[in-house]
Amino acid sequence: MTGKTTLLEFAKSPAEAICAAHGNKPDALLEILHDLQHEVGHVPENTLPIIAKALNLSRAEVYGVATFYHDFHLKPQAKHSIKLCRAEACQSMGGRELQAMVEKFLNTKMGGTTADNRITLEATYCLGLCASAPAMLVDDKPVARVNAKKFEKLAGELA
Amino acid sequence: MTAKIYIPRDSSAKAVGADEVATAIAAEAAKRKISVQIIRNSSRGMAWLETFVEVETPKGRVGYGPVEASDVASLFDAGFHIGKSHTLGHGLVEALSYLKNQERLTFARAGITDPVSISDYQAHGGFAGLANALKLSGAAIVAEVSESGLRGRGGAGFPTGIKWKTVHDAKADQKYICCNADEGDSGTFADRMVMEGDPFMLIEGMTIAGIAVGATKGYVYIRSEYPDAIATMKEAIAVASKGNWLGDNIQGTDKSFHLEVRRGAGAYICGEETAMLESIEGKRGMVRAKPPIPALQGLFGKPTVINNVLSLAAVPYILAHGGTAYKNFGMGRSRGTLPFQLAGNIKQGGLVEKAFGISLSALINEFGGGTYSGRPVRAVQVGGPLGSYVRGDKLDMAMDYESFAAANAMVGHGGVVVFDDTVDMAQQARFAMEFCAIESCGKCTPCRIGSTRGAETIDKIVAGENVSANLTLLEDLCQTMTDGSLCAMGGLTPMPVMSAVKQFPEDFTRHTRIAAE
Repeated sequence: MTGKTTLLEFAKSPAEAICAAHGNKPDALLEILHDLQHEVGHVPENTLPIIAKALNLSRAEVYGVATFYHDFHLKPQAKHSIKLCRAEACQSMGGRELQAMVEKFLNTKMGGTTADNRITLEATYCLGLCASAPAMLVDDKPVARVNAKKFEKLAGELA
Repeated sequence: MTAKIYIPRDSSAKAVGADEVATAIAAEAAKRKISVQIIRNSSRGMAWLETFVEVETPKGRVGYGPVEASDVASLFDAGFHIGKSHTLGHGLVEALSYLKNQERLTFARAGITDPVSISDYQAHGGFAGLANALKLSGAAIVAEVSESGLRGRGGAGFPTGIKWKTVHDAKADQKYICCNADEGDSGTFADRMVMEGDPFMLIEGMTIAGIAVGATKGYVYIRSEYPDAIATMKEAIAVASKGNWLGDNIQGTDKSFHLEVRRGAGAYICGEETAMLESIEGKRGMVRAKPPIPALQGLFGKPTVINNVLSLAAVPYILAHGGTAYKNFGMGRSRGTLPFQLAGNIKQGGLVEKAFGISLSALINEFGGGTYSGRPVRAVQVGGPLGSYVRGDKLDMAMDYESFAAANAMVGHGGVVVFDDTVDMAQQARFAMEFCAIESCGKCTPCRIGSTRGAETIDKIVAGENVSANLTLLEDLCQTMTDGSLCAMGGLTPMPVMSAVKQFPEDFTRHTRIAAE
């Protein structure tokens, strides 16, 4: 390693390309992390110094942001994500019982991934579907009035 | 004749299969050789009727719901496309009491227009406020907003006119308008409905704010939990820019305003205004100490107007019809209307825009039709996760800022979450502390540590461990959080906790009672 980045390597790094697409502006850091996660599936820890350099921030600052927000994952995630709402409106409609059922069905706790690495189950706090609770987000698709039957069907369809 | 069929694109409709209904209607119409035009409109806000399909008839729009894809064939059999009756039919939409009994100023177009059609927007009064504002001085716009009595709809209820005047009077080379669309409170969805259903209204409100205070750049900070709202706002900004309602020299005047969407990343604390500023600047969402106030030193250290979606969305009406017209709604020092959101265990959940002063009972029983489960209402949480729990037998209080404050509660963002008699209030109190522990930014000690200690203390109480001493400790801890926290997160978490303790004491001593028996 010479420490120099060749043009070829530059073209290879999605982190650098995404930073450049945002004009290397430090205030776009959240947008950059979102885009990178969308592209790669997670925010690989080894991209953090690259982003720091591009935005002229310290590594600590970038690491701090990447770990502060619940959305960003430094470790690879399953192909699909299910975000189940744990907030009050969903609780009033049996959200706690639904969570227990979901965890049992997927055989993983909130924040965990199924054994076949197909689904990551995450907690979320309100999807704005509070008048048709309980609700969840399957990848980016909202689903309301969730019950055991509906959940098992949807989870089963995720390839 | 082509049948005009409206199917909402709001995520509350999509979440119960609106896209599938639209596909089924198109396919069934093709099969039957019936000519249809499908318009994806905004939602009327009657969530229990979604997917609510409307058909245009000579008498007005006729509605059907809740429609599922499997109902489509039978709807065609009945002739719904020409407004014929069906078991899912509700007749003329405008005549439905749920809608007829509301005072929709902000949500006047809800369910009526195509959210991203600028011609639809203008045909229904859109941009009239901005057109007026373009002819006025900044000070005159601020005066109109002050006259309206509008107060911040995010929850704090600070007079919008005073905030705008502060930014207007500040001297700076750059000022900003930031729209707080980090609608994280459970039980609230009015901001989401504005962004998904009438995004030009928010764009118009922000542009008016920019012209009023001399800001040329605005940001809408939208939570990532709202992917549909983000997509619709981005689309609407592009359409508005193309139509010269945004950008340089708006409609040929010397006024310019540029607008950008920024995505949140799943942090509730970023709904706190200074944490939101940090987040827009690309930093951790840590709360800033005030002063300096954001109106003088806000985004990037510049004078900044920070308003909630609903505050900014109320502005076009005020500029179009005058501050006095808006002020004529409401009671006391709570002027205008508030879009209440009926949520949780409720039969007819959805959006009810009414003048301040309506009682909780009228909202829950008359509009909401009682609980979804059919069981008695035991508790109602008003104003989000930091709002108080109100007893089911005390629902006669009027919904306005002062009445609620007098009862140690808050109207907040107008969210009303109903619980039936199966709720365990000790569990709800514990959740409030747990949520604060999960979402605290960690800057101040009462919030960061108090929330965890609070959850532990409630666990001990529920387990029957030194109940009376631990209840005293919990109250003392709550007082410390209230007095010592930097922002509303730690400062208001005691509201749901202590309201549960005070109003539902039996739920906290259950273990002791069982042991005694």
